[in-house]
Amino acid sequence: MSAQAEGMVVGLLRRTWAMTWKDVTVELRARERITAMLFFAALVLFIFNFALGPDLEKLREVAPGLLWLAFLFTGMLGLGRSFQAERENECFEELLLTPGDRESIFFGKLAGNVLFMVTAEALILPLFGILYNLDIWAYLPSLALVAFLGTLGFSTLGTLLAAMTAHLRAREVMLPLLLFPLTVPVILGSVRATEVILAGGRLGEAGHWLKLLTGFDLIFLVVSPLVFEFVLEE
Amino acid sequence: MGERTVAAAVPWASERRRAGARPSLAAKALGAAAVVVLATGLYLGLAVVPPDAVQGEVQRIIYLHVPSIVTAYLAFFVVFCSSILYLWKRDLRFDAVAVSSAEIGVVLTGITLATGSIWGKSTWGVWWTWDARLTLTAILFTIYVGYLMLRAFAEEPQAGARYGAVLAIIGFLDIPLNHLAVQWWRTLHQPSSILRPGGPSVALVMLVPLAINFAGLILLYTYLLLERIRLERIRHRAAETRLKRGRRG
Repeated sequence: MSAQAEGMVVGLLRRTWAMTWKDVTVELRARERITAMLFFAALVLFIFNFALGPDLEKLREVAPGLLWLAFLFTGMLGLGRSFQAERENECFEELLLTPGDRESIFFGKLAGNVLFMVTAEALILPLFGILYNLDIWAYLPSLALVAFLGTLGFSTLGTLLAAMTAHLRAREVMLPLLLFPLTVPVILGSVRATEVILAGGRLGEAGHWLKLLTGFDLIFLVVSPLVFEFVLEE
Repeated sequence: MGERTVAAAVPWASERRRAGARPSLAAKALGAAAVVVLATGLYLGLAVVPPDAVQGEVQRIIYLHVPSIVTAYLAFFVVFCSSILYLWKRDLRFDAVAVSSAEIGVVLTGITLATGSIWGKSTWGVWWTWDARLTLTAILFTIYVGYLMLRAFAEEPQAGARYGAVLAIIGFLDIPLNHLAVQWWRTLHQPSSILRPGGPSVALVMLVPLAINFAGLILLYTYLLLERIRLERIRHRAAETRLKRGRRG
């Protein structure tokens, strides 16, 4: 790699980090988003129980789907707020004035969103295991892998669409309306892979789903930053 | 708002005032041709061609069902291409093509879902089943309905055009992934009988009305597209008139 290219990559990483660090700092001080997400996640797990009845056998059958519904609803809550500070304080212009490529804004926001969603998932997963009496501990590494791949894909499109819907009327409604249909491959892939894992299967049995998730992540990790520029433009 | 901004917002502003006020002769001819061809195809498919040996009369629904979904895919491909062109050239005419094509595509997808559902009720015994291709069509429908809603909720048309273009690109790239996911998830639909290795398995006599209806729907699509673009043009002109009035007053 030439020195110039190396400098560009380092610059991109540094600006991305600055962006993420800004969001994390704001969150650490206000604790608005993550508190809401965690409490919401816990509530979702409770509500499922009331909706489906206390029959543990039945619950266990639909557990992978429930787990992902909890992940995705909680993630959606976080994504909806990911550009809220900028919108409320009319700081989108300032965001655009940051030197360097727009890609760093996208990747910075994305890293923050993934971080918040993974944090929420880290609470949901054990709580889920306890409340529904599932032995998840043995499968923790494979579950973590699937959760990460799914979360990355969901957040990549989610970050792009959140930036877009932040400027719309009815933005709270539009984000899920646009994001859920587009992330059907992520939802299907994650739920099916989780199903294989929780049934005690080897990770290899879910190989094609993992490939699909990885493919989805890669495609949209390349395309989203390219089109993000057109979303931010004023 | 300065002169330049107005001109940028209204690409057709400089055109002759009356241009596009009425349908062009070409559009009228296309519309008439679409009616004639579709009527012929439907007559052949519904009344002349013998019914399917196994499925009976209800099979005739494919003469509308299959051409609709193929034309819908074509419409969404046009949305994808004109969206890229819009982001590249920043000419609102490309955006007019995109939004017009998307509306027609959504209607055609709706027709596909409705006819498929009726066919499913009499063949599978249920209105709806989570069959792979049915599910994929429903996902397609929701993505592009979302596209139209996104455009409706944008606060200014320029932003709506940009967001719409981005969503159209993402949405179109999403189709093969959705296809793969849904395919692996389940499949119950009868396998594609026309586009398959080894040539079509449909009797030649059935292919005739299918092909005619397909041509008819393409004509209808082109006609509707031209007319919808004309409507967009009239809207732009109305916006321009409002801007001018506002400045004078």
